[in-house]
Amino acid sequence: MDKTWNNKAWFLVVPVIVLVAFNAIIPLMTVVNYSVQESFGGGVFFFEGTKWFQQILTSERFHAALLRQFAFTGTILLIEIPLGVAIALAMPRRGPWVSVCLVLMALPLLVPWHVVGAIWNIFALPEIGLLGRALNGLGFDYNFTRQVGSAWFTLILMDVWHWTSLVVLLAYAGLMAIPEPYYQAARIDGASQWAVFRHIQLPKMNRVLTIAVLLRFMDSFIIYTEPFVLTGGGPGNATTLLSIDLVKMALGQFDVGPAAAMSIIYFLIVLAISWVFYTLMMRNEDRW
Amino acid sequence: MARIALENVAHSYQPAPQGPADFAVKELDHVWEDGSAYALLGPSGCGKTTLLNIISGLLVPSRGTVRFDGVDVTETIPERRNIAQVFQFPVVYDTMTVYDNLAFPLRNRGVAAAETDSRVREIARMLELDDRLQHRARRLTADAKQKISLGRALVRSDVAAILFDEPLTVIDPHLKWLLRSKLKQLHHQFDFTMIYVTHDQTEALTFADRVVVMYEGEVVQIGTPEELFERPIHTFVGYFIGSPGMNVAPAAVAGNKAVVAGHEIELDRAYPTLDGAANVEIGVRPEYVEICRGEDGLPVSVRRVDDIGRLKLVKVDLGGHLFNIVAGEDTEIAATQARIRFDRRRVHVYADGHIVEGRAA
Repeated sequence: MDKTWNNKAWFLVVPVIVLVAFNAIIPLMTVVNYSVQESFGGGVFFFEGTKWFQQILTSERFHAALLRQFAFTGTILLIEIPLGVAIALAMPRRGPWVSVCLVLMALPLLVPWHVVGAIWNIFALPEIGLLGRALNGLGFDYNFTRQVGSAWFTLILMDVWHWTSLVVLLAYAGLMAIPEPYYQAARIDGASQWAVFRHIQLPKMNRVLTIAVLLRFMDSFIIYTEPFVLTGGGPGNATTLLSIDLVKMALGQFDVGPAAAMSIIYFLIVLAISWVFYTLMMRNEDRW
Repeated sequence: MARIALENVAHSYQPAPQGPADFAVKELDHVWEDGSAYALLGPSGCGKTTLLNIISGLLVPSRGTVRFDGVDVTETIPERRNIAQVFQFPVVYDTMTVYDNLAFPLRNRGVAAAETDSRVREIARMLELDDRLQHRARRLTADAKQKISLGRALVRSDVAAILFDEPLTVIDPHLKWLLRSKLKQLHHQFDFTMIYVTHDQTEALTFADRVVVMYEGEVVQIGTPEELFERPIHTFVGYFIGSPGMNVAPAAVAGNKAVVAGHEIELDRAYPTLDGAANVEIGVRPEYVEICRGEDGLPVSVRRVDDIGRLKLVKVDLGGHLFNIVAGEDTEIAATQARIRFDRRRVHVYADGHIVEGRAA
């Protein structure tokens, strides 16, 4: 049978094209446009080629921010994923406490990001905050606005508080999807609790954990609001993550060109790592 | 080897059961003889799986005692019982190879590596899995996975009984036959006690030495497939076993006569007056109702005739009560009216669902 060609069908995809154009392509192209030009304001632009890209890629400031970013993301992943799985395992599987646990777990996720930053800022203040006073009272020399170590400790604790719940909920969903006969068979086979975890629960959670790691990686890699409200990137530049650095450059110094170049590099890094990660995890899945 | 005795066992999933309706398994006394094959047959939700889980130890019954060879194991955990269970959905450990799957129950029990290896290879050979020992279990088909589940049961030399919970439900029909005969062969070879839960009566009847029919948490009849067919002691058994099931119609029974919708039917035996029963019925299997020529049968109107190959399935109406008849393919059946005759030796009388013994008349 001959296919009917009707070009009017293109009209049907117009809404999508318009939508994607306005929320992705046009803004992205604007950034690309800025990234190859120099501007002194007043709508005057000069073409600069790849100058800004070279400048960003060779700048120590960018390297330092990137390193801090990796340190932050790596640390929170190492804490949140195992902790989330552990909490999910400890949660009851049925009964009235299930809803209680789920609601408690969901609470931190419902708090707006800048509020999280504000809460922790006040909570951790050494003189008046509960956490700050308690730590100092216990004999620790703790001051997150002055000491690098304290600032990082608070930053990571805040992220763990805010986002471990997401891992818990995903892992819990994965656990609940395991049919009861698996556990029954394991009991009859005499499997230890560790064996049940290693050979039933972990493999069955593989997929949701992949999603959890991916989401937490992306979110933590582009995190801005919470550390900005908590430390503002300080003390000094100690907690200046990539996004904070980017905003400083773009809005603080109004270096639109370099900031645009950095945006693109930043975006490509997130994209590349997510892609590599996802491909590896999925291939691993296949092999199993 | 084990003789499994259930003494006054009952189970309720509610913490404080009130009436009999709260029990998933009502009080039950039964001995599963060593080396026999039992089928546990009944509709969904009748308590089959609950009973199975009580035997394997996955559930501790609310009441009663479970004994293996006389030893009370009611509270013993499944791992410590010499019992294995195969589930409806094949349970395999995805990340392990076939070999590791089969070795898993032995390794968990600390069996020496050399013995484990020889057992695993032996069982794999019997189940025809030996060419796939190093494959990942997750990639296998449902029937191969179910073989692994079975293999994990057989591999343990201490296993005296294997419980099957509808193990062939998810298997393709043409493979069902293969697995079924494999299972039968293994049962003969190893001589373990086998309790096989199913709601498929063909499966139950081909497999089992004895069939246990359950209904609403109660065992209604235990018998050989033949007994269940010839002499169902409860109308439910008559209805549930057989395809189509037994014809049951309300009747007035006196002596050796039953009256159904004004028609008199002669019975082989004489019955006492059944005035005490709220509900008196006669039951006769479709195979024992005959369509006859001449004028001396019961007049019925023919509702429907289905030709199912070598047999004809006839539905007739006797004074408002529908009867199924299985007739030979050559039987001539008039379009509207016919006469039928019951095989009088095969007509049973039921009072409130339970069979009534008649005296030979």
